[in-house]
Amino acid sequence: MARPRIPSIRSSEITDEKVFLNRRQFLQAAGFAAVGAAAAVATSGRVWATQERKLASFPDLSESPFSTDETPNSWEDVTTYNNFYEFGTGKDDPHVNARDFQPKPWDVEIGGECSKPGVVGFEDLVKPHTPEERIYRLRCVEAWSMVIPWVGIPLGDVLKRFEPTSKARYVRFTTLLDRARMPGQRWPILSWPYVEGLRMDEAMHPLTILAIGVYGKELPNQNGAPLRLVVPWKYGFKSIKSIVRIDFTEDQPVSSWHRAAPHEYGFYANVNPDVDHPRWSQARERRIGAGLFEEKQPTLMYNGYGDQVAQLYKSMDLKKNY
Amino acid sequence: MSFPRTVSAAQLRGLKVALFAACLVPFVMTVLAVFGVAGFSLGANPVEELIHRNGLWGLRFLLITLAITPLRRMTGMLWLVRLRRMFGLFAFFYVVVHFLCYAVIDQRLALGPIIEDVIERPYITLGMTGLLLLVPLAVTSTNGMVRKLGSRWQKLHRLVYVVAVLGVWHFWWQVKEDIREPALYAAILALLLGYRLLYATHKHQQRSVDPVGSHSRP
Repeated sequence: MARPRIPSIRSSEITDEKVFLNRRQFLQAAGFAAVGAAAAVATSGRVWATQERKLASFPDLSESPFSTDETPNSWEDVTTYNNFYEFGTGKDDPHVNARDFQPKPWDVEIGGECSKPGVVGFEDLVKPHTPEERIYRLRCVEAWSMVIPWVGIPLGDVLKRFEPTSKARYVRFTTLLDRARMPGQRWPILSWPYVEGLRMDEAMHPLTILAIGVYGKELPNQNGAPLRLVVPWKYGFKSIKSIVRIDFTEDQPVSSWHRAAPHEYGFYANVNPDVDHPRWSQARERRIGAGLFEEKQPTLMYNGYGDQVAQLYKSMDLKKNY
Repeated sequence: MSFPRTVSAAQLRGLKVALFAACLVPFVMTVLAVFGVAGFSLGANPVEELIHRNGLWGLRFLLITLAITPLRRMTGMLWLVRLRRMFGLFAFFYVVVHFLCYAVIDQRLALGPIIEDVIERPYITLGMTGLLLLVPLAVTSTNGMVRKLGSRWQKLHRLVYVVAVLGVWHFWWQVKEDIREPALYAAILALLLGYRLLYATHKHQQRSVDPVGSHSRP
């Protein structure tokens, strides 16, 4: 027996996306002008022409004891060697294909198991917090690594404002879904939108940040503008980019890579030199920018952040919970 | 467009020289990129770029080599076979460079990790098998070896089909989720091998029809 088909209506068929966005941009611009709250961050990023955005600088950033003293990778390495499949699967695709991406205005919807759900504009989400520079190692699951001077705010401080309930055991993050603005989403390489998740204690950990910049400037599009997660003791794919939704959940979220290849990418994805990817070794890593003839370096447990995070996993079998 | 059915010895020589230079272009560009000359660059991850680039060229030349026979038959340009050895040897050349970049630059000739890779990582097992199977083909590619081996030469060189399958498979298993590029190579290889299969069955049918015809003659 044939089931009745429910007609699927794409949101873009209901409201013309451009009209919708233009209207929002106009309203936001008007709002800024009226209030006069034209903060440097808010205005400078809002370039109307379709060209590479000018990235505003953060005037004074406080340093963090969590920063590594290793030398950061160059601006060029950090902004041209990217995994951001929404803009193409090649490392040099994102910085080309994301050039005209307009990340503002930007709203984040917070929902799930919390007392104060709602939609918050990027500026309002960030404003109550003091941005810090966090120079972190980043270890990609593909066995390369970088050192990146992020600008970020502690995720835990942000999450507390929405008052998660006792049922909130996990946090699920969702990237923007917009085939027009993110051309990589036209191919079903992963199940879009990209989804990632953390356990509540991981999300509240002081090392975990929402990054809003890099190298003292706003985040370039290819690095996940306007805000992304950075969890330095986990493989890079956990650090989800261009976040539009944050949900507190009771059940463990199913992340995009886990859904695509569950035997290769687990929920935890903690950097671990002793647990190999099924297809390659994780014991060593190639430091980007080290040059052609530099040897690979040993990968550190929890990417070198074991002192801070090992206790989160002390009773767990890390081979099973990869 | 017409296809010249014959070419003079001088024309063929000129063509070979030109093609030889063309086949070397990817290698020259890579060398320029290694030294950062003339704006060429290997990007942020030069070791990976070197390995991938040479591997891809090895695979491309394998497919070009396998395209010669179908092209000859379709166009009637039988002399194309005179170019096949060069393409095959360039395939071998780029695959060897691919391997050397992996073994020398990436693994720094550390035998332990290389052996571990070959045994434990299926895509490297496939790639290494393909490389080893190419060696006897390269060694027996000289005129002298062709004469010496006679009909066995052709049998031996059918190994190239296996090598091409291993090469595409090696590529496919190496990518994370985006299989579009290896799928393209697989599709081209399927066309090239499929053509041979069709041709063989067609010829077989013709042969089995013929004797009946001759028997029916008085």
